[in-house]
Amino acid sequence: MSLKLGVPSKGRLMEKTFDWFAKRGLTLSRTGSEREYAGAIEGVPGMELVLLSAGEIPRELAAGRIHLGVTGTDLVQEKLPLWEQQLQELQPLGFGHADLILAVPQCWIDVDTLGDLDAVAASFRRLHGHRLRIATKYHRLVREFLTEAGVADYQLVDSQGATEGTVKNETAEMVADITSTGETLRANHLKLLSDGLVLQSQATLWRSRTAVYEPQERQALKALNDLILG
Amino acid sequence: MPDRSSTLALAARLRMTFEAAGAQVVDPPLLQPAGTLLDLYGEDIRARAYVTSDAVRGEQMLRPDFTLPVVQMHMREGAEPARYTYSGEVFRRQEQDPDRASEYLQVGYEVFERDDPAGADAEVFALIALQLRGLPLRAATGDIGILMAAVQGLETTEVRKAALMRHIWRPRRFRALLDRYAGRSPVPEARLKLLSSEGVLTGSAPALGKRSEAEVDARIELLRADAAAPPLAENELLALEALMAVRETVPFALEQMRDIAVDLPAITPALDRLDTRVAALKARGIDIDSLDFEASYGRTSMEYYDGFVFGFYAAARPDLPPIASGGRYDALTRQLGQGSDIPAVGGVLRPDLMLMLEEGQS
Repeated sequence: MSLKLGVPSKGRLMEKTFDWFAKRGLTLSRTGSEREYAGAIEGVPGMELVLLSAGEIPRELAAGRIHLGVTGTDLVQEKLPLWEQQLQELQPLGFGHADLILAVPQCWIDVDTLGDLDAVAASFRRLHGHRLRIATKYHRLVREFLTEAGVADYQLVDSQGATEGTVKNETAEMVADITSTGETLRANHLKLLSDGLVLQSQATLWRSRTAVYEPQERQALKALNDLILG
Repeated sequence: MPDRSSTLALAARLRMTFEAAGAQVVDPPLLQPAGTLLDLYGEDIRARAYVTSDAVRGEQMLRPDFTLPVVQMHMREGAEPARYTYSGEVFRRQEQDPDRASEYLQVGYEVFERDDPAGADAEVFALIALQLRGLPLRAATGDIGILMAAVQGLETTEVRKAALMRHIWRPRRFRALLDRYAGRSPVPEARLKLLSSEGVLTGSAPALGKRSEAEVDARIELLRADAAAPPLAENELLALEALMAVRETVPFALEQMRDIAVDLPAITPALDRLDTRVAALKARGIDIDSLDFEASYGRTSMEYYDGFVFGFYAAARPDLPPIASGGRYDALTRQLGQGSDIPAVGGVLRPDLMLMLEEGQS
């Protein structure tokens, strides 16, 4: 069997991953038609390229169906509890930087810290009869972060896209979302909490601890390691 | 691990003992509406309970414990006083601790009684201790009511006391608040800037969302008032910290806390209640001189206990959860009672763990 490398199947993340490996002497490419998710690797014998949605890569690594994978720290930590036991971080790739942050309306001039947020959540609940709603798709990460910080009386509402708009639409009071420059936040009249950085994420090469490694796969892994870690 | 049929058999025996003590058997549904649990525990419960849903009833949780449905049932239709017992599965997600069981049997005993809280506390503790006799366990006890009385008695603003009360069960946030109110931690820059300005401040950014400008203005007023309030007195703060650190056998703990009450006189009635409870425990044959008391016990268990709390732990197996635990939850009956309330105390046993320890002994 061959050593399977999972890579995001489209977009900038795929291109940058291809570039990153190319600089280290490994040619990744898509094969077949534009719409077909098949790929090839040249440079290390015994490897196979698997093109996947970035969001599925953590699960595939944890299940041991691929040996290696490129995906963001945010997705790994959101989808895999006790991720350190299932995955090993081989190498951060230096792109795909994104921060998972907490943001509130700019007009909340009395709110700058998690302590402020907690106090506001308590009075908001008293006044409005429901918990303060935070729109996000990163439920586990945000919940664990707020539990750790001792923030109470909030509620997570699911938002899979256009999260910043939920405040204006009054389906949430604030958001927890990925940002790289903060422009979308500002455009939607939101601001960061000064201590509300939940996670700093970037594209990372992971190794599955649960996958089976046959002798030729070990060999391929060693050859790859020599190439990329030098 | 003990097999399921012997666990069920032990559970049945335990429940019969509670029936013999006067309890009525109840059998709440496995599926509980998620809303009530979320209102009570907040989002944190999602890390512990299994959530499922359908289009008509909405989100439901596999019951993470029995206390909540039993309280709801009692507040709806119960006569007073009442004693209940139950036996059945509870479900807990164990994502951070996969070695722990996510489905296990609990057998419980709950007392709803107005007249003699100390007697009811002692009754529950002694009955549970009796079921566990012979097992190599260590009992821990505490009393959240003493800590609550200490906070209520602080010489500070009602707003600060309410904030501290709200976080008694979140020790880290409690600590941060205490440091802030004592003037030990610096005021954050943004807060200083906000407080250095005067008058109405809203309007600089466009109004957005459901939280109104009036709410923001009201909070700024509160913050200004808080900045003007004096810090917590040093002697009160030290006394509160000494209280939270009390960890002794019951007689010595009482002695230490009586000393602390010199600086925190508000805890005296709560200490008197502890005295009465100790007497009631003694009367039921509990060896008080070797019983542990920790003033901070029960603060991190994410429960609703607000008075007497206890747990039984396997002395040689610190990796195991408590074999039995319980406590008083008067405030919960108020919260779920829609205007009525009744003092209540209860506890649960884990027959699976009891059998495991028994097997380990032989």
